[in-house]
Amino acid sequence: MFVIGIKKSGEYYDSVTLMLASRDLLETEGVDDAAIVMGTEENLQLLKGSGLLTEEMSGAGDTDLLIAVKAADEKLARETAGRAEEILRESKRKRAEAGAHLPRSLEGAVKMMPDANLVVISVAGRWAGDVARDALKRGLHVMLFSDNVPIETEKELKELGREKGLLVMGPDCGTAIINGAPLCFANVVERGEIGIVAASGTGLQEVSSVIGNRGGGISQAIGTGGRDVKDSIGGIMFLEGIKALAADEKTRVIVLVSKPPDAGVIDKTAAAIKEIDKPVVAILIGGDPVVLKEAGAHPADDLEQAGLIAVALARGEDPDGFREELSRRAEEIRKTAKAEATKMKDGQVHLRGLFSGGTLCDETQLLCRETIGPVYSPAPIDPAYKLDDIWKSRENTVVDLGEDEFTVGRPHPMIDFSLRKKRIVEEAADPSVAVILLDVVLGYGSHPSPGEELAPAIAEARKRAAKEGRHLTVACSITGTALDPQDREKVNRELAEAGAVVMPTNAAASLLAVEIVKIRRGGE
Amino acid sequence: MVDIDRANEKALKTLLEARPFWVDIQPAIDIVPGMKKNLILHSGPPVTWERMCGPQRGAVIGALIYEGLAKSPEEAEKLAASGEIEFDPCHHHDTVGPMAGIVCASMPMIVTENEAGGNRAFNSLNEGIGKVLRMGAYSPDVIERLKWMEDVLGPVLQKAIRKAGRIDLKNIMAQALHMGDELHNRSRAASYILFAKIAPYILETMEDLTKTNEALKFQEANIHSFLGFAMSSAKASLDAASEIEGSSMVTVMARNGTDWGIQVSGLGKQWFTGESPVPDVLLFPGFKKEDVGRDIGDSAIMETYGVGGSAIAAAPAIIQFVGGTVQLAQSKTMDMYEIALGENNVYQIPALDFRGTPTGIDIRKVVSKNLPPFIDTGVAHKDPGVGQVGAGLCDAPMEVFKKALVAFADKYAK
Repeated sequence: MFVIGIKKSGEYYDSVTLMLASRDLLETEGVDDAAIVMGTEENLQLLKGSGLLTEEMSGAGDTDLLIAVKAADEKLARETAGRAEEILRESKRKRAEAGAHLPRSLEGAVKMMPDANLVVISVAGRWAGDVARDALKRGLHVMLFSDNVPIETEKELKELGREKGLLVMGPDCGTAIINGAPLCFANVVERGEIGIVAASGTGLQEVSSVIGNRGGGISQAIGTGGRDVKDSIGGIMFLEGIKALAADEKTRVIVLVSKPPDAGVIDKTAAAIKEIDKPVVAILIGGDPVVLKEAGAHPADDLEQAGLIAVALARGEDPDGFREELSRRAEEIRKTAKAEATKMKDGQVHLRGLFSGGTLCDETQLLCRETIGPVYSPAPIDPAYKLDDIWKSRENTVVDLGEDEFTVGRPHPMIDFSLRKKRIVEEAADPSVAVILLDVVLGYGSHPSPGEELAPAIAEARKRAAKEGRHLTVACSITGTALDPQDREKVNRELAEAGAVVMPTNAAASLLAVEIVKIRRGGE
Repeated sequence: MVDIDRANEKALKTLLEARPFWVDIQPAIDIVPGMKKNLILHSGPPVTWERMCGPQRGAVIGALIYEGLAKSPEEAEKLAASGEIEFDPCHHHDTVGPMAGIVCASMPMIVTENEAGGNRAFNSLNEGIGKVLRMGAYSPDVIERLKWMEDVLGPVLQKAIRKAGRIDLKNIMAQALHMGDELHNRSRAASYILFAKIAPYILETMEDLTKTNEALKFQEANIHSFLGFAMSSAKASLDAASEIEGSSMVTVMARNGTDWGIQVSGLGKQWFTGESPVPDVLLFPGFKKEDVGRDIGDSAIMETYGVGGSAIAAAPAIIQFVGGTVQLAQSKTMDMYEIALGENNVYQIPALDFRGTPTGIDIRKVVSKNLPPFIDTGVAHKDPGVGQVGAGLCDAPMEVFKKALVAFADKYAK
């Protein structure tokens, strides 16, 4: 054992800092004992008692800093003593780095921000109900991001919300725009006159983005969670949302977005529409909008159209005015499809859709069913087309990688692209694949630079196919606006540079994909 | 069904309205209820000699020698184990004791009176830092100091306070929080204020210059001299708020180095206990992690009272204990608002824009938020006879709050 002692005159540190530094030294392997103290009489006695008092310290007084290290050998002792000085210098530089205080409960949060009137809840589903109930009792609107909330709890919460005149958005509600603030996964859209009620997350994102990109604006975009439009909940918040927008002075046009509601909810929605003197646009992905049409709603065929109709109505223009424009674009898309398809090799006939947005995946399935026939999927419209192995595509396949079975142990594909990148390359290796269809969802919550993530995989996929003499089309849609934090233009450029054909909406990208399949199958 | 919120309002109001004064110094035998020659009071929940931790055993040994009941540590140990000596928690005698919390018949006691409730609480005089009885030391110099406190310090202070009549302790504590004290691990400012307030009366009642000077020097050098006054103030205040039917407010948090216990207003004097944890310590030079004893002392009465760790944001000088930044200290205090029934109307934290300290711990909030109170505390060596090894932080064990909540539900949920 070797003991080293250092005396530094005129350096003062408070005792707690010195204790902290000592603790640091003591944790060093091979250091038996260490002390950093001011040279008071009491401390000198302590050092003496622990065998740390050395000759160098003789004559030390109150204003002298003493460093003593007892270690296995001299070298370690000297190094450790040197580090003590470093630690002390560091302590002087140390500043508060921690961020602002984070409350530990809803109660604490409300105390910190007493004017708040909406709370986003994302605790585990098992506990989310209790927190939401607490919030409603405190008079707060609720956005319930959590999933796995029991349906009975959802119903109870929504009934309580209705009774108190409060919104309960969710459970499993991933997006909303309230008073101009994008919540959770949401796009940045100017404020405006179009209100949305959506039982579909990416449906809301796509419609609001289309509206924003068309120069329109959003008054409020209210999410309800997908189960709201089932009879078990009875559309409580879907209907409350409609009511709220009907009463909202800033909302001039209302857009309803949903997967097909249960019959009871459709009827109630139709009844509600009849009561409203504002124009209503309805997009029921895969549902028959005839009841709503009879009630006076403008039905839309896809999400893009819903947005375009809404903007036209808000401007007092012909709601069908965009149709000519879209048919011109469809012509362009067919030309592109033809150009792509002619470069392909025999046997390249299939479409593979790899989605991060569930509603976008559904929308594509529907378009396929009407054009190239049913496609395989883990969640197909036609049960006969259920994919046996979700990890392996067959023929025409579309998968939503945001489904629970894919997200076990990893983040949602809007945030983590690793699974999709891997799958893109796998699909490209299949000689029967003609086109890979991707959605890229921008906005808050999503990956900050999806272009940089996807571009290498797209390039790699195309390169591998090319090596085997195949031209592979990668069709990408972008859901998002120029105001989104990711910079839509930059993403667009990155994807295009990687060789993808970039389309403004999922409807357009899906059309391109099915047109290619149609041509490749021949006879059309 | 009992209205818990109303009961808690009453408990908190009683606590906030309590007005503790220092009114006297008297030997324990004369003033502490139930005190007798062969009784030794200790900190925390009840514990037998067999289960007693090292520092508490050490302090018992010291106390028996100090009282002249034993001549050597060996004899004292034998006596303590013989059954002739009775042990009882300080809390069962309107008393609180720091660290080992040993109180015996001859010790001069601070007498604190809560003017609002008319009740009194007691605590011993502080011995200073380092090798002291409350930390489990019992060497001859420790005993000698205790004797001196009995013969010199006690009488000097007794005459002075009797001359002064009474001194408002709540007022001193309120000032001290503005001067960098949190009143548990740091009570330097409060110690000086009290010293300044009592000094004129010490001089006025002086009989012997040497002895008076000794007493003044001792008080000047002891930065913890106020702690005993603070603890007895907290005890007197919380006692007034105890046994309120239906209240879930904590009225006692206390540790004996073996067990960690609490009492809850609506559950009377029943203890809820669990194993006492080892605190996270900053060690004095010469000590190692293995030396650290389990959390000990009645001084957690300060956190129960709404200061101490709960007011750590008021004490920049000791923020190293909570991670070294002002912001972290503030965050620690902000956390404590989460489990408090209310905010203090007298004790404020300058750094939080003079917000009242978090006061009145609610067992329901502790359990539902899984957020235990934390104590910033002195830490004793685990062995008898050594003394203090450092200071640090200790989270209260959740177990005791859960047990109390279950009992609370059993009693009140119908």
